[in-house]
Amino acid sequence: MTYLKAVNRKAAQIDRQLRDAEGDVVALQGGQPPQQPAAHIPLGCSTVFSPGWEVDRTGGTAGLCQPVERDLFDCHIGCYWPAQVPDQLNHAPSWTSSCAAAQKDWRKIDLVFP
Amino acid sequence: MTAFAAREYHRFEAAGKPFVYLVPSAAVFALDDVGDAILSAVTERPHSRDELSVTFGANFGVDRVLGTLDALVSVRAIGEAAKPAPPARKVFPLKPFPLTTMVLNVTNQCNLACTYCYEYSEDKIVDTENGKKPKFMTDETARQSVEFMLKESGDNPVAHLTFFGGETLMNFPVLQRTIAYARERARETGKVVDFSLTTNATLLKPEIVEFLVANDVGVTISIDGPPDVQDKFRVFKNGNGSYDVVAPKIKDLISKHRRRPIGARVTLTSGTLDVKRIFRHLTEDIGFQEIGFAPATTAPKHDYSITDEGFDTLLGQFRELAEEFLEAAVQNRHHAFSNVKETLGEIHKGMSKAYPCGAGLGLMGVATDGDVALCHRFAGSDAHKLGTVADGIDRTAQRAFLETHHIDEKTDCRTCWARPICSGGCYHEAHTRHGDTTKANLHYCEWIRGWTDICLKVYAELSERNPAFLTQFDHDEAPERAS
Repeated sequence: MTYLKAVNRKAAQIDRQLRDAEGDVVALQGGQPPQQPAAHIPLGCSTVFSPGWEVDRTGGTAGLCQPVERDLFDCHIGCYWPAQVPDQLNHAPSWTSSCAAAQKDWRKIDLVFP
Repeated sequence: MTAFAAREYHRFEAAGKPFVYLVPSAAVFALDDVGDAILSAVTERPHSRDELSVTFGANFGVDRVLGTLDALVSVRAIGEAAKPAPPARKVFPLKPFPLTTMVLNVTNQCNLACTYCYEYSEDKIVDTENGKKPKFMTDETARQSVEFMLKESGDNPVAHLTFFGGETLMNFPVLQRTIAYARERARETGKVVDFSLTTNATLLKPEIVEFLVANDVGVTISIDGPPDVQDKFRVFKNGNGSYDVVAPKIKDLISKHRRRPIGARVTLTSGTLDVKRIFRHLTEDIGFQEIGFAPATTAPKHDYSITDEGFDTLLGQFRELAEEFLEAAVQNRHHAFSNVKETLGEIHKGMSKAYPCGAGLGLMGVATDGDVALCHRFAGSDAHKLGTVADGIDRTAQRAFLETHHIDEKTDCRTCWARPICSGGCYHEAHTRHGDTTKANLHYCEWIRGWTDICLKVYAELSERNPAFLTQFDHDEAPERAS
């Protein structure tokens, strides 16, 4: 941190966390691949079968071959489908910065208003 | 325009520089003159970005002012005035929390009659004379306790077993056999058991010393200081002082037991506040390597209870010893003042405690009949029971304890900057003073804040003058000595 010097371990930890978060946003803006290579993002509906917004026979999403929360990423990154997601290139670059792994973190994605 | 205000912090100076201790994160940051100026301005009243850049821009440059402001906001030293700091989440420990230390009260009897003792004086919780608890723990209960400890230590590779009393050595035969049994069981279960005990040293004799050395048992000795201090309260039942009996025995133990530091645990009262003289005597004349001080736990009505002025005197002496410690640490020399080392370790890690100590979590006390309690000080009390060694931990009782004793429940502590370290203080002290373990120990708040401030200064000064010294606190330290 440029203007504050971390002295104890907790301060160093906070410092590290802030720098990591900064790095995340920069990466998205620069069009670099996301920092967590483990996150699996399907490459669009032409190569992967995405059943869309159906539900399984119990009314939930757990039994689908792809859970509905993954569709969100399917639709706005790899596919032309006109999904209602924010413009991540210009308007909301850090929209998914708190969502490192969609399967786990999709609840953290917040609404964005124009 | 957004106005910024200060969040919770404690500012202090060390090595001629300003530092902040942030609450509740317990992070320590060094400030430069811009950071110090901004923090002081927003503490006085809320300021907007523009106001700050106008006020300080000419001196420090606008970029530096705004950069520092952003940094202070990002570490939450400062926040938007209109948005109060988000309440900390009430986080409970993982379940089941592994047991790190089991304190085994092998007897509730004692051959001394120290006037201030929390176990036998008017403040006692359990009637050890006529009560239903056995006076001595049996081999069978001790073995069951070892099994309980090994099981409840979960995935931890090491379990700490501390023998306590009463006077621990009054049940030396059981202690001896329990250590042998625990060693064997540890081998079978692939764990390591670390042994320690607390004693008044009156019953030490060559065979016992030999056993303690051979078995690598850590020893803490309850002793108050030179003869006039020791004999004031630490007396036999006939009223005779114990100094002359214990001093040669302790010297003998220290000369033979070289593998682990022998610690002295000093109880302070209104009449024995000469901390530096006590410290000198115990280190130089007797040879202790660690000295820890604690005020006697007592109801305020007793004349040996330390008053507010007494705490001031005490703080002054602790400060002087802490300064000595600092100079020794700068030169990488050992200094025996344990109190400062414990707090430095907590500051180094940035501990922000939800609970004041490990009682009821990683530490539990076992009474002579095998009842498990919050800690050794509550051993045998039905009101503070958390299970038995035979049936295991009563998780419902433990959960209820954790719910009611969380720092968030202590409304008095909500505005105190020292709460990450103190967290309301000792449950037993609260029980004795205020009749309730859930209460915060409001009678020593000033003392705790004063002491934490001293330790923060020592810590920050060391971070400037000898940062390598602080790396020793990166390791998980030995468990606290039972007292």
